[in-house]
Amino acid sequence: MKEIIRLITVLTVVCALAGLSLSFVNSATRDARAYQDRLELLSALTMVLPEHDNEPDEDIIDVSGTTYYLARTEGLITGVAFITASEKGYSGLIRVIVGVTPEGEIITIGILEQKETPGLGTKIADDWFKDQYQGKTIENAIWAVKKDTGDFDQISGATISSRAVTEAVKEGLEAFAAHRQEILGGSDVVQ
Amino acid sequence: MSFSREFVKGIWVENPVFILLLGLCPVLAVTTSAENGLGMGLASSFVLLSSNIVVSIIRPVVPDRVRIPVYIVIIASFVTIVDLVMSGYFRPLYNSLGLFIPLIVVNCIILGRAEAFASKKSTPLAIADALGMGLGFTLALVMLGSVREIFGNGTIFNVSLFGPDYIPVLVMILPPGAFLTLGILTGIFAALEKK
Repeated sequence: MKEIIRLITVLTVVCALAGLSLSFVNSATRDARAYQDRLELLSALTMVLPEHDNEPDEDIIDVSGTTYYLARTEGLITGVAFITASEKGYSGLIRVIVGVTPEGEIITIGILEQKETPGLGTKIADDWFKDQYQGKTIENAIWAVKKDTGDFDQISGATISSRAVTEAVKEGLEAFAAHRQEILGGSDVVQ
Repeated sequence: MSFSREFVKGIWVENPVFILLLGLCPVLAVTTSAENGLGMGLASSFVLLSSNIVVSIIRPVVPDRVRIPVYIVIIASFVTIVDLVMSGYFRPLYNSLGLFIPLIVVNCIILGRAEAFASKKSTPLAIADALGMGLGFTLALVMLGSVREIFGNGTIFNVSLFGPDYIPVLVMILPPGAFLTLGILTGIFAALEKK
């Protein structure tokens, strides 16, 4: 009995001390982590949005589960960015950030997260691949890779990755087109 | 049982990767570049050093029957600390190591040193052991990462070696390259040791 009490005491004390030190480190690094999160988001947003004079990571609107980041110049919306994803990558999730004009035309896309095969699937982050989405809208392109009789070149050796990106962008664009009025809030749009 | 002897043994005669062949999961998975290898090696070394120190200090009060759970709690806490600090201050490295940071918890080198060494020896010796083993582990990861990065990507620490015309041997960055490189380096180590 005495032995058991000793075991319980030692374990409890060790766990309590561990928990205490973790909560201390957690609060000590919270600001730094939030700052890094914001830097990451901002650099992604700068990549896909046109010139703006607001803070697009704070000028946001949530519509049916997706966050839309608004870029404004002198109060007028010049571009919208959103994050879309596909689970159908060769090694799982691919997250893509898409920047569109208020009319729904793609400005550019960026790959935020992927675990594709190095040297093959990772080419989805290459400029030539991403550039083919520029200027596309949901209506003016057939949203599939060429192998599936669509408009987009697939990467040779990485058709699955190319399909996943195309599908993610397509779904994001569809959602944007469906909720466009709500996202732009009927506010003044640069024509 | 001198300080320097315990330190040197981890680098050479008991190198955790090339001689003991311990902790191979992170060794094979993260060594796609020299930089990743260095980051993973240093993160693991920090956890190893901290846990060895704490384990050797609390050695007299920990009953034998609960020592393993106690070690695991200590190791897991230090790994979480590394995870949080890296996420706040070394974000690019944190992103490229990803899942393998939390997995340091189950790296058998760390629990192995706590159980086989730190729980039986004084704190200074435990520090020497952790520094040696940590350095041996880090060196091994950097060597593996360098070889794979040089052949698989034509660079070392992101510095281009062969110019833009070099066609990388992709397989070196893929999992088979990890096994190939580990096998060859282990063989070289064994041959050198026999001499």
